[in-house]
Order: sequence, then structure tokens, then C-alpha cells
Amino acid sequence: MDIASGLLHGFAVALAPANLLWCFIGVLLGTVVGILPGLGPPATIAMLLPLTALMNPAGAIIMLAGIYYGAKYGGSTTSILLNVPGESASVVTCIDGYQMARKGRAGPALGIAAIASFVAGTFGVLALMLVAPPLARLALAFSSPEYFALMALGLAMVVLLAGRSMVKALLAMLVGLWTAGIGTDVFTSTSRFTFGRMELLSGIDFVVVAIGVFAIGEVLANMEAREEPQALPVPKGLRNLLPTVQDIKDCRFAFANGSIIGFLIGVLPGAGSTIASFISYGVEKAFSRRREQFGTGVIEGVAAPEGANNSETGGALVPLLTLGIPGSGTTAILLAALVLWGFKPGPLFIAENPSMFWGLVASMYIGNVMLLVLNLPLVPLFAQVLRAPVYVLYPLIIGLSVVGVYSISGSLFDLALLAGFGLLGYVMRKLDYPAAPLVLGLVLGGAMERALRQSLMMSEGSLTILVARPLSAAMLVCALLILLIPLFTTLNSWRLRAMEEESK
Amino acid sequence: MRWRSPDCWSGLALAALGGYIVVAAGGWDYLTPDGPGPGFFPRWYGVAMLVLSLLLVLRSDRGHVSDWRGAGRALATWAALALSVALMKAIGFVVAFAALTLFIVAVMYRRSTLVAALTAVALAGAFYLIFPLALGVPLP
Repeated sequence: MDIASGLLHGFAVALAPANLLWCFIGVLLGTVVGILPGLGPPATIAMLLPLTALMNPAGAIIMLAGIYYGAKYGGSTTSILLNVPGESASVVTCIDGYQMARKGRAGPALGIAAIASFVAGTFGVLALMLVAPPLARLALAFSSPEYFALMALGLAMVVLLAGRSMVKALLAMLVGLWTAGIGTDVFTSTSRFTFGRMELLSGIDFVVVAIGVFAIGEVLANMEAREEPQALPVPKGLRNLLPTVQDIKDCRFAFANGSIIGFLIGVLPGAGSTIASFISYGVEKAFSRRREQFGTGVIEGVAAPEGANNSETGGALVPLLTLGIPGSGTTAILLAALVLWGFKPGPLFIAENPSMFWGLVASMYIGNVMLLVLNLPLVPLFAQVLRAPVYVLYPLIIGLSVVGVYSISGSLFDLALLAGFGLLGYVMRKLDYPAAPLVLGLVLGGAMERALRQSLMMSEGSLTILVARPLSAAMLVCALLILLIPLFTTLNSWRLRAMEEESK
Repeated sequence: MRWRSPDCWSGLALAALGGYIVVAAGGWDYLTPDGPGPGFFPRWYGVAMLVLSLLLVLRSDRGHVSDWRGAGRALATWAALALSVALMKAIGFVVAFAALTLFIVAVMYRRSTLVAALTAVALAGAFYLIFPLALGVPLP
């Protein structure tokens, strides 16, 4: 199916009344979730995942994706009005956004955030549409060794970029691999790490871990503070929210910068929207004629990161839909959703499920328009969400988590696991262990072990098969280099320190 | 190495897990005539976990000590959640969840008993009306 006919088919799917409604519900929920500090898209998508089992898969993926990119629109509102990011991708928006609000320019800051998100978000979908189908065709040549190498490369990137300590990120990933290994081995029917519990023979459901670590862990972390911060007021009336012509002119480069950098960073596994927004802000500042004013409320300082974190969504969906390899916690949950509905994400996904892929692409164009309409005139209404009492919100999240997990398995043992993984998620936050490598290790662990064992069966036990094939060798070398980077930087810092000592 | 550093004891806990994985994997076939056995992959990541966690323990003198203020509130909430999950089999979701909500609102956020009771009844009632009655989704 070529792009034009694919897109037409996609619009036919996305414009079906039911799918249009799911798209609207997704972007609306996404905006609300984005605005609420402490409740991110991975937690929301994980909580809603069990309920989507009853839905049409096209409608379900349209809704979950709507939450994913809708949250990035909403996140800026909290950053600008509260100086607290609504979600992690909006951290950098606080710098200039909050300063603009303090100077009485909250309206234009909110307006430019919505416009930049729309421009770059649409660019991201366009690029996804153009890049994904040819990449999927290329990936058809992949066999087990290439898949193993690709997953190793993806995990290495996630580990490199996930947190401050690479050792902790690696350990989190290894815990994820171990969790994936719990249950019955599919090759030999040996039960592994089941502690004699019948309930563990079929393994631990990904949803239990995702909801525990993200939703319950996040609620527990937020429970530490008793009082809530106060938001700055939002100006009323659309006219007060629209940026001036000069503002738009000042943001021309930021729109392009955010769109391109966001998409490219999104395609890389592990980098994610937070890094995309930081890099885009850095580039904007480096090339600006008024770089010394950044941090004091410069409108480009809002447009660039907000654009980048929205364009990143399109990029992040490329490896997910073409290779079946997620690059972040949220896309890992989307992968689990596709598997739950009976799909096999990978190079054949687009060819075998054109309605899903093109329907999703078309819905993202529509969803971005919906979000622009929702976020420009209705932002004062959404800002009221910040007044919702947390003592109602947190029990609500806990209740939805419990019901979500129970609806999948009907097992009280899974609820005990949910509580256990919730505590793990909280302790990981406290001790600075990143959650994304754990979730990715869990979601990729089974497939990675399968690919490795199939590769070794092909070579009759010889590990050389992994390096004898050029693509697989190149990816494994890259993975190794990525893991060795911090070693070199450590060695370099020791060398510099030694040189300093010598010169004293 | 600093014994009171969180990196030190979290590293020790992970080293214990790594050790357990290596020992458990030792009980399964590493290689079979058909290829790698069930012990092959776990042995590799178990060894990696053991080595990395010991590295974390050794480097823990440079690690930071987390701010544990507020952790009591989070852990108390977790304990209440764990207790309510344990009681769900006996008293059902609606009552256990209402009790958990009551605890969070009244004890954690120090709202009046009336506000706490109203919130607990409203939330638990909403869950009952939406999930089993409207959507047909069973509750514990």
C-alpha cells in the first residue's frame, strides 16, 4: 500500500464515529493527565490497558496514543503556571515558561506551547508516515541474531540515557530481565524462579509490573508531601492567550528546531522526550541572538522544548511499529498493549495490519488538531484540574490500579504482586534507580532470550554467529561502545585529575 | 564503601539476588543437544548482576544519601494498601478500598472525619456502580 492510499484508508478508519470518539477521549484524558503533576502517561496507559481488552484494537490504540501525545500538550500548562512539570517531558519548559507567567505573559506562553506542540507534533506524524514503511521493509531481512543484537543495542541506549548512574540503570535492566524469566521456559517446559508458587508458572504479567512501578510508585512518591503548590492565574479570553505576530516570528527557528530534533531523538531508543526537549532548548539557546536572556522568560525557550517533546512521539513510534522494539517506558506499555490484543509488532506489522497503522497515523493528525482547539481556548478550564484535591486523586489512582490488575487475571495473588512492585517503584525513585530500563528489560527479556537461543541453535552452540553477520556485528559493537563510554569518561576524568595534581 | 549509604545496602540486596539467580540457574541445563538450555541466559545476567551490584557497593562512598523525610508517609500509605489488599478476600474490594481512602484522607491529609467519610463512600460507591454494575468488570 503506497502512502497516499494508506493515508486515505487511515482517514476512513480514524473518521469512523467510534474511533473519532476514542481519539477525543484519549487526547482529553492525555491533557488532564499531562496537567496533573505526579500522574504521567505511562501510569495512565498502564492503568487503562486492562480495560482496552474489551475494545476494538484500532479504537484502543488510537485512544492510548492520544493519551501519550495529549499529555505532552497538557504538561506545559503546569510547568508555566506552577513551575512544576506536569510530566517529565515538560521539565525544561519551566525555565522560561514560569518566568513569562510571572511577568504577566502566561497567556502567550500557554498559547505558544500549544502552537509549537501542534506544528512539531504534526511534523512528527508526517515523518513517521514517511519513514516507518520503508524501514519495516528493510527490517524484513532481520533474523534471530540481528534481532538479538538490535534488542541489545536498544537496551544499551536506554541504559546510557536513563539515569545519572549507568551501573544502577544496568542493574534495573537486569532485574527486568530476571522478572521476564520468571515462569515456565517455553523451550524445555522447565519452571524457573517460581518459588514453588503455581501462580508464577505462567510468569508475571507485564501490566502488574507497569501499573505497580509507574502508578502506585508515583502515588507513593507524591504522598511524601502533604501540601500542594499554588498555581498562578490563567488569563481569560482567547485574545489574551494568543501570542503576538512578533512572538511567532521569534519562534520560527524554534518550530523547525523542535520538530526535527524531537523526531530524530525519538527514533533513538532510550533518549525520550525529556532529552529531546533539553537538546532542543540547548540548540535554541546556542543559536539565539539573545541567548543571555534565556531563563528570564524568552518565548522561544517555551516553543523549542514543547515542539521537541511532541515531535518525539512520532519518532518513538517508528522503532515500535517497524521493529517491535520500544524505546521508552510508555512505548514499552504500548508494545504490551499490541501483544495483549493479539498483534505481533515487527517488520510485518504495517503490511499485515494496514488499518491499525494508517488508522493510528491519521488519528494523530486529527488528534493534534483536537488538542490545538482544546488547549488554546479551553486552557483556563483545564487549569482548574490543578485545583482537584490530591486526597481524592490518589485513592482514585490506587483504586483504578487494583481494578485494572484484577480485571486481567482475577487473581488476588496478582494484587499482592501489584503492591510489591508499587513498593519497588517507590524505592527505585528514592534510591535513584531509573524505571525505564526495568520495564524495557521485562518487555524485551523473553524475546531477547528466545532470539539468543534460536541464534545459537542455528549455529549449533557457537556464539560466533552473533558477530559473523555484518548487521548483527555492527549493532553489537555499537552496544558495546555505548556501554564503554562512561568507562572512557571516567578514565579521562582520572587522567585530567592526575595531570592537575602533577602541575601543582 | 559507606555502610549507611543507600547505594551500599541496595547493592548488597541486588548482589544477593544475583547470587540466587546464579545458584538457581546452576540447577538447570546450560547447554543441551538442541542448543542452549534454560540455565544459559539466567546464568549470564545473574553473573552480570552480581558483578555490577558489588561494583555499586564498592563505589558507595561516592554515592549520595537520600533525603528520607516524607518516606514515613509514603511507607505508611503502602502498608495501608498492602493491608487492604490482604483483607480484600475476606471483606471485598468496596469495604477495603473505602477503609484505605478513609485512612489516606483522614490520617495522611488530616481532613475532617466527615470529609474523609464522604470521600471514602463516594469513591467506593462510584467504583461499585461503574465497574461491576455498568461495565460488568468483576471486583475482588
